[in-house]
Amino acid sequence: MTKNLLSSAVFAGLIAGAVAALLQFMFVIPLLLEGELYESGARVHFMSDGSTQSVREAPGLGTEWGRHAMTVGFNLVTYTGYGLLLLAGMVLARALRGLEITPESGLIWGICGFLAVQLAPAVGLPPELPGTPAAELAPRQIWWLGTILATVAGLGLVAFWRGLAGLVVGLVLILAPHIIGAPHLDTYFGIAPPELSAEFATMSLGMAMIGWGLLGYFSAYFFARGER
Amino acid sequence: MMMTKTANPAAARSGLGACALALVLGVALLTVSGMAQATVLHDAAHDQRHAMAFPCH
Repeated sequence: MTKNLLSSAVFAGLIAGAVAALLQFMFVIPLLLEGELYESGARVHFMSDGSTQSVREAPGLGTEWGRHAMTVGFNLVTYTGYGLLLLAGMVLARALRGLEITPESGLIWGICGFLAVQLAPAVGLPPELPGTPAAELAPRQIWWLGTILATVAGLGLVAFWRGLAGLVVGLVLILAPHIIGAPHLDTYFGIAPPELSAEFATMSLGMAMIGWGLLGYFSAYFFARGER
Repeated sequence: MMMTKTANPAAARSGLGACALALVLGVALLTVSGMAQATVLHDAAHDQRHAMAFPCH
């Protein structure tokens, strides 16, 4: 059981992490590198006379292969970590509620993982282009973690506590972090074009959704296969 | 009968043990890839942290 759980999470993490890294190189990293041109001052969008201008042109992946190899490596680590948590949840739900572990149910777990870990925190703290000044790190990390935990608890109540009370308490938990509000600065300091920041946020979320879907599907697939 | 009576709680316990272990390992991996602030680690994980929306710096 333990061996099957750990190896299934690792296999699924490697597949989801590799695909997610590939998608990031196609859609996300070019935007990130374009954002760095504004961070370094190589490009300027907001002119001192109040006008705006800049070309829309990502610099491409360039030649920093060591840097990109690290991105692949850390994606594998991150998705394996999330895979372990996801499978722990599936096994727990089976032990307590008799919920079967199948690739199809795994896909739903994966999408719920995306909702709790990527989308819910991004509602308050959008994924940031490099060079975007933000509030102090510690309060943001606390809000980020608190939002994930509240959303996981909320989704768990909606899914497993039958009846209206579970739905209501679950929704309150999911909304609570946003009523409290994420830590933000009092002023806007962004130096990159707003369109670029928005595209970076939506692209990174969209690609993470695919990663999480694959993670849930394959975690359950390998786990179910290991038990036969 | 005896077998099933004793086997089920044991299986459930090993299931919970496996969950706890997976939880600890998962959080440890995510601390390294997403949260740890050591400069070398931060710089290496930088692009991935931005792409996965970890609150990073």
